[in-house]
Amino acid sequence: MIRLSIPLRLALSRLSLPVLIAAAFGAMLLGKADTLLAERARVALADVLTPIWAALREPLGAVQGAVQEARQLLALREENARLREDNERLRRWHAAALALEAEVDMLRRQLAFVPEAAPAFHTARVVADGGGTYARALLLAAGPHHGVRKGQVALDERGLVGRVTEVGARSARVLLATDMNMRIPVTLEGSRARAIMVGTNGARPRLQHWPEGTLPEEGERVVTSAEANAFPSGLPVGVVRWSASGAPEIELFARLDRLDVVRLFDYGLSGILPPEAVARREPVRAVGATAAARRAAP
Amino acid sequence: MKKGRPAPRTGLLRQLDALARAMLPTATTALLLLLAPMPVGLPGTVAAVALPCVYFWSVFRPSAMPPPAAFGLGLLQDLLTAGPFGAGTLTLLLAHGVAVRWRGFLARQSFLIVWLVFCGFAAAAAGLGWVLQGLLAWQVPPVAPGLTGAGLAIGFYPLIALGLTGLHGAMRRAESAP
Repeated sequence: MIRLSIPLRLALSRLSLPVLIAAAFGAMLLGKADTLLAERARVALADVLTPIWAALREPLGAVQGAVQEARQLLALREENARLREDNERLRRWHAAALALEAEVDMLRRQLAFVPEAAPAFHTARVVADGGGTYARALLLAAGPHHGVRKGQVALDERGLVGRVTEVGARSARVLLATDMNMRIPVTLEGSRARAIMVGTNGARPRLQHWPEGTLPEEGERVVTSAEANAFPSGLPVGVVRWSASGAPEIELFARLDRLDVVRLFDYGLSGILPPEAVARREPVRAVGATAAARRAAP
Repeated sequence: MKKGRPAPRTGLLRQLDALARAMLPTATTALLLLLAPMPVGLPGTVAAVALPCVYFWSVFRPSAMPPPAAFGLGLLQDLLTAGPFGAGTLTLLLAHGVAVRWRGFLARQSFLIVWLVFCGFAAAAAGLGWVLQGLLAWQVPPVAPGLTGAGLAIGFYPLIALGLTGLHGAMRRAESAP
């Protein structure tokens, strides 16, 4: 060891701090002037230290995993409590459903209720709009051996679309509920009042002939009525909307402007007379009447 | 071994012992610095570990933390962090110089006072680091990282001081034993 005199040592130790501070400034300037140097030194140090860190990571990772596991266990407990609560609630609903089911059964027995058979239906693709005799009608493509017949009810996935009016060998025409020639007996669901829905060729059919004293309410649901035996009861039609001019109209559930596929339900109803039967008899009756009139005239 | 007969081997051992003891603070600090960047989810732990160690040893055992040691630790810190090169070195050196100058007052105070003074050191170091970074990059740096570092250093100080006080006590006992 080099022996230094005590004053020299003292001077050195006094000097070392300012010198080193100056060196730190120098390092700063060096780092600023040559950023690559500092970067290289950092990378070299990181290269040396990375294996050590990697080795130390293992126990650290184990500790972190344990902590995470503990946290998950805590969360598990919470979730369990929540699920139990959920289960309790659902069980109550289950009990309520069972009770309601029993009540419905009992009421059905008292009514001697015969459940309706699920109606058969065909699905047909819409190939064209409009055309034909009517302003608002659809043309459906049906297979060669289709079971489509007149009077069947057409529904889309939301509600009533219209009724089959003409049937060909491979196609069928559906008269839409919005057509001017359409009259559909409906029920206002809130008041159970009967009315007639009348097509206007517009987007919203009018509501007419509701009984006196029960005004259709804005937003009231409208379903078909089984009166006249043309439709089954309870098919969803639309909701009541009062127009700006003060007339009750029906906003249809069915989206008539974007129909792709409709379902044709056969409810086996015969409330609508075949048009040819009506059309043929009328002239006969008229001729008979004129003949009778002629006979009675002289 | 008989007393009053200084054997040469014993002298060598003793010298080695003294050397090890003199190097222990710097070595433990360097080790802490190397372990600080371990991914534990805390940002800026390296600087927050270096300042308490240098401060503690400068106050309680300046012979074990000479300016060159502070300089070396500062360089190590600068290499381990991504800040401007040399700024950490300067900060540690200045902290060391001020702590050594104030140690006559600080070494006799209670832990709480020493900690409070250290809070001032951490804040000043953060401010100095901010100014240096701004000067070197010639734009206003964000304030949040410096504040986070200062807060971390202040929070780490009791833990580090606890460990270092134990180490310091052990060293003292070892020195007074023979």
